[in-house]
Formats: sequence, structure tokens, C-alpha cells
Amino acid sequence: MPEIIRKGAVVQDDWQVVRPEAGQGVNDLPPGHVIVPLGLWLANTEALIARGNVAVWLAGTDDPALVAPWLERLPLVAVDFPKFTDGRGYSVAYLLRSRFGWRGELRAIGDVLPDQVFYMQRVGFDAFAVRSDRSVATALRALKTFSDAYQGSWDNPVPAFRREPRPWPESLGQDSLKARQQA
Amino acid sequence: MYRYDTIDRTLVNERVEQYRDQLTRHLAGELSEDEFRPLRLQNGLYIQRHAPMLRVAIPYGLLSAKQLRMLAHIARKYDRGFGHFTTRQNIQYNWPKLEDSADILADLASVEMHAIQTSGNCVRNITSDEFAGIAPDEIVDPRPLSEILRQWSTFHPEFAFLPRKFKIAVNGAAEDRAATAFHDIGIYVLRNFEGELGVRVLVGGGMGRTPIIGHVIRDFLPWKHVLTYIEAILRVYNRHGRRDNMYKARIKILVKALGPEEFTRQVEEEWVHVKDGPGTLTREELDRVTAYFPAPEYETLADVDAGHEQHLAENAAFARWVGRSVRPHRIAGYRSVVLSLKKTGVPPGDATAEQMEAVADWSERFGFGEIRVSHEQNLILSDVRVSDLHTLWLEAKTAGLATPNIGLITDIIACPGGDFCSLANAKSIPIAEAIQRRFDDLDYIHDIGELNINISGCMNSCGHHHAGHIGILGVDKDGEEWYQVSIGGADGSSAGHGRSAIGKVIGPSFKAEAMPDVISTLVDTFVELRDEGERFIDVVDRLGQAPFKARVYASRQEKEVLDA
Repeated sequence: MPEIIRKGAVVQDDWQVVRPEAGQGVNDLPPGHVIVPLGLWLANTEALIARGNVAVWLAGTDDPALVAPWLERLPLVAVDFPKFTDGRGYSVAYLLRSRFGWRGELRAIGDVLPDQVFYMQRVGFDAFAVRSDRSVATALRALKTFSDAYQGSWDNPVPAFRREPRPWPESLGQDSLKARQQA
Repeated sequence: MYRYDTIDRTLVNERVEQYRDQLTRHLAGELSEDEFRPLRLQNGLYIQRHAPMLRVAIPYGLLSAKQLRMLAHIARKYDRGFGHFTTRQNIQYNWPKLEDSADILADLASVEMHAIQTSGNCVRNITSDEFAGIAPDEIVDPRPLSEILRQWSTFHPEFAFLPRKFKIAVNGAAEDRAATAFHDIGIYVLRNFEGELGVRVLVGGGMGRTPIIGHVIRDFLPWKHVLTYIEAILRVYNRHGRRDNMYKARIKILVKALGPEEFTRQVEEEWVHVKDGPGTLTREELDRVTAYFPAPEYETLADVDAGHEQHLAENAAFARWVGRSVRPHRIAGYRSVVLSLKKTGVPPGDATAEQMEAVADWSERFGFGEIRVSHEQNLILSDVRVSDLHTLWLEAKTAGLATPNIGLITDIIACPGGDFCSLANAKSIPIAEAIQRRFDDLDYIHDIGELNINISGCMNSCGHHHAGHIGILGVDKDGEEWYQVSIGGADGSSAGHGRSAIGKVIGPSFKAEAMPDVISTLVDTFVELRDEGERFIDVVDRLGQAPFKARVYASRQEKEVLDA
């Protein structure tokens, strides 16, 4: 069974991403847990709910609002990165979390490489199906690349300037800060 | 100036370690060139014609003496003893070794500098007015907001893989000295009639293949909303900007395709969701960052210095330099001084390690240890006492930094071009030099007056040719280098009466050898047609292209001109 990262740990996982070719539909799905494209879900919602063990993946071009009505019925949602340099998935993920309230598993699929998982985690992904020819261990380490961040995102919406008073550099002296702010 | 606190230092150091690990994996064959490229680019590292090129950020063009000495040290230790200051207030090194790149970034981090996001499809170095804080015409000091934007954009997780590069400029003075309207987002910091602090937001300006002046999408946005509004702009762009064609991927193409009204509507619709959220700036934060940019402890001086007046009266060469290089200052008895990196025979924007160290020394002896970098590729000493100007001039002359040509025809903006850059279609530096050699009579170039010549070696427009009063673009035709000439561009500064305008191409391209003659003909035409006090750009505005075009092409053989 393939390994993925889920909530900061390497786990075995049997969800299978389905990328149907033209003409393929619900009847062509393989057995077991499947993650189907949003279009297939929207066109066959009832049949897929009846089948069970179905999750949905969104492309960067998909409008996350379209999946919003179904979120309560879905065990997980995935966002596809056709190429790691295609950054649309970051905004799709951020919107799923912050605007449409998705709290379940949000999985990055496709061209998911260790050097991008840090940013992915910040915008709301908590599961990473790292590309099969890349090291899951390297990706796991990369989740800890930075220990802080300036700006808010899903992981912490509060930017550095609102979290706590940022200390004035000692070399400049506390007095000068007060003097300058009063000036 | 801004100083790193714990967060800044931690992030920059962690970035160096992240990059060192990526470089190690790349060199070990674990990270392919395709996968490493976007990572190294976001750390400023290109692979160029001769070697890697490292582009180091100089946020909003502000440097301390210590930082400039480090730039000199890097030039000497890792490069060939010089660096190239760019139109985006960065410095580029043309000969570093890939293997050394992590060590260079560590050296930069030791003086609170970095090369983060100086390339790649992300938010780039924030640029601004090089006279921020010292210019008499300043409305609001743009540096605190520039620094706030630097922090906000650094490692923004959602916007690191945009459709294309993204450039933001901030200007806070009556004169636009940051070519603001030519940026993906241009920000004018200002006050409204009630005296409230805010910004005017322009979107979709840019040069390159499709030059466009930015559209105002918000005439006045209260300051506390700046970050959330920019977040909304970037989210719309990230989701809907084109990714199928890199030549149509900049935000300006999206704004053009949707129309500014529809684009604005989408931004406003997105902004509703983030407005007043945690990204909203606070008064405490604005005050905190503003406190890093205090006025230095100026002495109380008379604005007129008898010794200086005497030097002016007795020394015509000094007076000429003062006329071009010395700029007004908001504090009596002080001036800012532009040190020309445009000496004939030296590639525009280049400075040697020794020159950088000399400038660092002068900034401490004659000021408060601060240096600025301009988008015109010159260096500026920000706070020089009037009484020190003559001494500074003598030393700057010795160092080759006192060419009295600021704003004149030989103060040419040029990209590194085909001599270094692998993107270039044609060389820039030899064209700049040929023009500088043609105009070697100081009296004549002063008589010609203000004239900006901007040269780019390719459509990417690093030499800002679209905004030049005379713009020169290198093009490749069947493996040969040709040059397309435009006139009438203006960068928004007072040199073009505050207008931002895109130059219009005058006609077919020219060979390199013809370029000095072409420029001479343009200038001769101007000199004949000018009224009292008119500058080149004024005559182009008044009479249009026709007389210039007629003269340039009438005097040229058909075979020298390529049908473009």
C-alpha cells in the first residue's frame, strides 16, 4: 500500500486517485476507495453516494464553491497539482478551508514534491501524496523548514505583527523606540 | 533603517539552510534541474551565459555602509571584483560558482540581506523612491509601507507559484521616482482631503512584450487595508491569470482581457471576505515599523555655506557636477548626492568592490552611513553637508564616480544584455558605450539637457526601454543583432513632466554600427526644433514623431535598415 503523509506522520493509504479518460464514467471506477474528479461527482452525485467510499479531487481551474454543498458527505477532499509550478491549488486549498469551512482531510495530489509541502501545509493541506519517485521522509522533514512566518494563512491566520509584540532589536536600544514613537 | 529582529533573522537563516539542503540534493543528483530551477530562482540564482548569476535584493533601494561593504566583499571573494546595480534596485553578480551560492547567501544573512524572491514567479523585491525620507517633495515616507510589504510578501505560502513574476513599487512623493505606473501593482502613498493616510492602487502596469500603464483600481484606500487588498488582487490573479502561455501570463494581460472594471469587481468581491480580517494592518505595527526609519540626528546648519559658494564660483567643473549630481534635501544645510555609475567605458550600473567600499566610507564620513540605489542604476549618498560637497567631489572624481551626467544623455539605463544574459537577443553595453563616446563633449551634453536613453537587450525590458525618452531595444533577425528605436517614453518622473508614457517605435530597426548616428540625428533634430527651455521629450510631445522619423530615415541607406 502506498505511503502518504497525514497529519505530520507517514501512513499507509489505499485511496486511489481516478483520472477518467473520455467516455469513462461511474461504471468504470475501480473497486475500493476512490478519489474522483469534481466533474464526475457533480454529474453522478447520487450514484456515487450510493456506491460509497468516494472522495473528490479539484483541479486548479475548478471553482471550490461547487463542492461546498457536498462537503458534509465527503470523507476527504483532494486538490491536484498537474505540475508543481502551477500554484492555483494553493488558492483553491485556502478557499476550501477559510471560505467554505472544510475541516476534514485536505490532500495534495499530483506533482507533489518535498520542496513544496511547507507552503502547502500553510494554506491548509494536512495530507500529502508525495510523488511516488520522491522521498516521503524528505517531505516529512520539509514540513519543519521554517519555524515562523510573517503573514497569516490557514495554519495561523494571525500575522506576526498581531501575535505578540515584536522585540525591538537590542542594538538599537529600547529608549530610542519610545523616543521615536513619541516623536 | 530597518533592522532584523528575531523573526527576520530566524527566517533568513532558515532560508539559507533550506537552500543549502536543496543545493546539496541537486548536486547529488537527487533534485533534477527542472525541479531545482524554480527553487534557485526564488533565491536569486540564474544560470547565465558564462556562469550562474546571483541577484541580491536591496529592499526599496536602501543600504547601510556595512551592507555595501559586504556587497564589495562578495564581489571580491566570489566574483570578479565588481557587481551590477539594476533597474529594480537589486545588485547582480555575474560570475559566482553554483557551489558557492549557499555560502554567499549566508554571508548576506550576516548583514541582514538576502536574495529571496529576486527571481521566479513570485512577488519580487519591493522597489521605491531612492530619495525617500529626504526629498523636499515627499508627502508620506514610503519606506515603512515598503518594509511591511517586504515582510508580507516574503514566503507568502499562497503566492509563491504565480502565473508569472510580480513586481510592486511604492512612491510617496509628488514626483514619481519609482516608475510606479509600470508595475504589476503600483502604490502611491498619500493623504486625502481629510488628511487621512491611504494609498492609490494601480494594477496591471508593466513593460515587456505588452507595455501598459497601470490602471487605477482604487483612488484612495485607507492604509490599514493595504495588505488585505493586495491579497485579494493576488488571489484573483493566482486563480485566473493565464498559465498556458508565459508571454500572456502577467497580471496586465488578465486586467486587459477582463477589462479594468470587471477585474476590479472581482477584486472587490474577493476583498469583502478578507477585509477587516486579521491581515488588517494595525496602528501599532505601522508605528513600530515607522520607528525604524527615524530622521538621523541632523545638525542645525545654514543652508548656504560660504566655502561651498566660493568653490562654485571658482571651479566650473565642480559647479557643473553640483548642477547635475547634487539634489535638494528637506533639511537645511544638507543635500543628497547622486554618484554616477555611468562613466564612459564602464557598463552602466557597474561598480567595483573598491568603489563600493569608497562609497561606504563616504556615507559614514559625510553622512549617517546610509546609501540608496536608484532605478536609474546610480548610487546616492543621502545626507551630505553642503560644506562637505567639494571634498566629496574631489574624492568621487578620483574614484571615477563623479561624471557630471546625471539625467543627461550619457546617464544611460542599460541591462547587462547579450554580453552576460542568456535571455538577451542583442548586446546592450557596447551600444551604451558607443553612444557615450559619440557624446563626449560635456558642454554639448549639458546644452542638450535632460534626456533619458534606456536600452534593453530583449523584450523582457530590464533596461526599461519603453519608458526612455529614447528607448532602444535589441532584436534578433536571422541571427543578427538589430536595434529598434522608440521615442516619447516617460517613467513618471519630472524628467517627463510627471507623465508615464510608453515610447512609440519610429520605424525599422538599425544595425549596431548605425546607432550613434541615429541618436545624433534624433538629437540634431531636437536641437533645431526646440524652443527656449524645451527638452527632448517636450519637443517630441509638441511635434510628435514625424520630424524625427523623417530625418532619421531620410539620411539612411535602405540597406542599413531592416524592415521590422
